[in-house]
Amino acid sequence: MEHAEEHGHIIPYGTLVKVWLLLLFLTAVLVFVSTVYHDLLAVPALLTITPLKAALVFFYFMHLKYEKPFFRGMVFLVLVVLIIFIGLTFADISNR
Amino acid sequence: MSTEPVHAHPVHPQPVHPHPVHKDYQGSKLGMWLFLFTEILLFGGLFLLYSVYRATYPLDFRAGGQHLNTFIGVANTVILLTSSLTVALAISAMQKGNRKLTMACLGITIAFALMFLVNKYIEWTGEIGRGIYPNGPALLKLPNGEKIFYGLYYCMTGLHGLHVLAGVIALSIVLDFVRRGKITGTDFIKLENVGLYWHLVDVIWIFLLPLLYLAA
Repeated sequence: MEHAEEHGHIIPYGTLVKVWLLLLFLTAVLVFVSTVYHDLLAVPALLTITPLKAALVFFYFMHLKYEKPFFRGMVFLVLVVLIIFIGLTFADISNR
Repeated sequence: MSTEPVHAHPVHPQPVHPHPVHKDYQGSKLGMWLFLFTEILLFGGLFLLYSVYRATYPLDFRAGGQHLNTFIGVANTVILLTSSLTVALAISAMQKGNRKLTMACLGITIAFALMFLVNKYIEWTGEIGRGIYPNGPALLKLPNGEKIFYGLYYCMTGLHGLHVLAGVIALSIVLDFVRRGKITGTDFIKLENVGLYWHLVDVIWIFLLPLLYLAA
């Protein structure tokens, strides 16, 4: 049991390939939407599809889904810090 | 110190361990993640800088983005996503004890990384050829916002390119470890940590593509 915990979960090849296909699909959607509906949708697509792609890489390729909750908590904390930085900077910029 | 007899401690000789020395895999991975956090905040700072200037010069940034080679940007995205897959496959293969598949996957990953750098070279020489480089004739004629856009473009893709280069070196070292049997199906934390680094390089590019090439 300890052995399994120490060496982690083996992600099946099929799952990894599916995630990769999903990432390629999302990239295609992002490129399509950004070029065809540039003025309307480029920024909303950037703000939704890109974090989704990053999340797929974090959770599956980087094994975060199978790590102890502590790891997920740390990553979450760092992202929250980054978002606070971005939020405060924009609050400053927009009130000058 | 030197007056102490040499044979002061041999009362309880250490038994020879029947198993290899304990390694703290969780701690090792934690250390790698901490390093990745500094990388996230490093690039996060650049993303923030980009966003603020983009909000200040929306039209200039848009013009700058339209002059970039979107095809190469998208091609490099596909290359990096696929190389991320091959690293992830290499780790699963190593966990299953399949050394040959691991080495093949790592070799393909390195080939993809080099392809990425070749594309970057083609892209940059194209832009430099058009006179867009620091103090270049074409760059000096551009409005201020577009100058900032290209400055950020070169800094962000350049810094990312250096990370890809570092990744090639790290992946090559790990490939050699696998070849020499220093990384095995039960001790593969080095491979896992280099994989984590490589995926983060991929994630950074996932953000650079829309910021620089698509939504600008």
